[in-house]
Amino acid sequence: MKLGIVVNEGPYTHEASDTAYNFVVAALEKGHEIFRVFFYHDGVNNATRLTVPPQDDRNIQQKWTDLQAKHDLDLVVCIAAAQRRGILDENEMKRQGKDAYNIAPGFRISGLGQLIEAGIQCDRLVTFGD
Amino acid sequence: MSEGIKKFLYVNRKAPHGTIYALEALEVVLIGAAFEQDVSLAFLDDGVFQLVKGWDTKELGSKNFAPTYMALGDYDVSKIYVEKESLEERGLSEDDLMELTYEDEDDDWAEKSSIHIVSREEMARLMAANDVILSF
Repeated sequence: MKLGIVVNEGPYTHEASDTAYNFVVAALEKGHEIFRVFFYHDGVNNATRLTVPPQDDRNIQQKWTDLQAKHDLDLVVCIAAAQRRGILDENEMKRQGKDAYNIAPGFRISGLGQLIEAGIQCDRLVTFGD
Repeated sequence: MSEGIKKFLYVNRKAPHGTIYALEALEVVLIGAAFEQDVSLAFLDDGVFQLVKGWDTKELGSKNFAPTYMALGDYDVSKIYVEKESLEERGLSEDDLMELTYEDEDDDWAEKSSIHIVSREEMARLMAANDVILSF
């Protein structure tokens, strides 16, 4: 089955991102295709490479980055939601005249059309978080 | 069903203020309108407060996006379902809601109401009849 995943909550406060991650791992193990993982609302905060969790806890951003590298996942962060919350890639840093960017490896910033496209293309769109 | 037109239902369950979900849901609806899919909006639970007329955000200092609901008809978003029980539980009726309209191209562009008041049971059937549900 072709699956689209939506992550609507940031890391740590809610378990949604962990659950989405575990769901994606399980779906891949079962042979399903993950068309795209779309991060919206506070979910965009999963994509900052500046998170530094305590050493005895998981690094949620790093887990997504590693999973992307292993399976060539399409991890898309909504640009409008990201800009509000200070998640920028190098392009947006320059375009907005900011002095830094923080997107983590393996994530890309794009528009909400990517979410609609996932809804159209996938057999199921599965949402995690409120 | 990987190609062709799908039925999208955007479910709005939260009050317009207090969280960003209502505003960011509208942003998805407006972008989604460009994809020429079959689009419906549902308002239930505290989401019915989004359509109450007369709210403004001046004293909150946040963006007043009430006019965006009025513009939905121009984006060909003309099927808006509001749950009757959710209105009643909050002491509201259809008279408290904004007048949302669209121009019906199959009826000489006559202006018609986009709002349909439906029961909880009908809402459940509506959800079952849609392909993609995005809940906010």
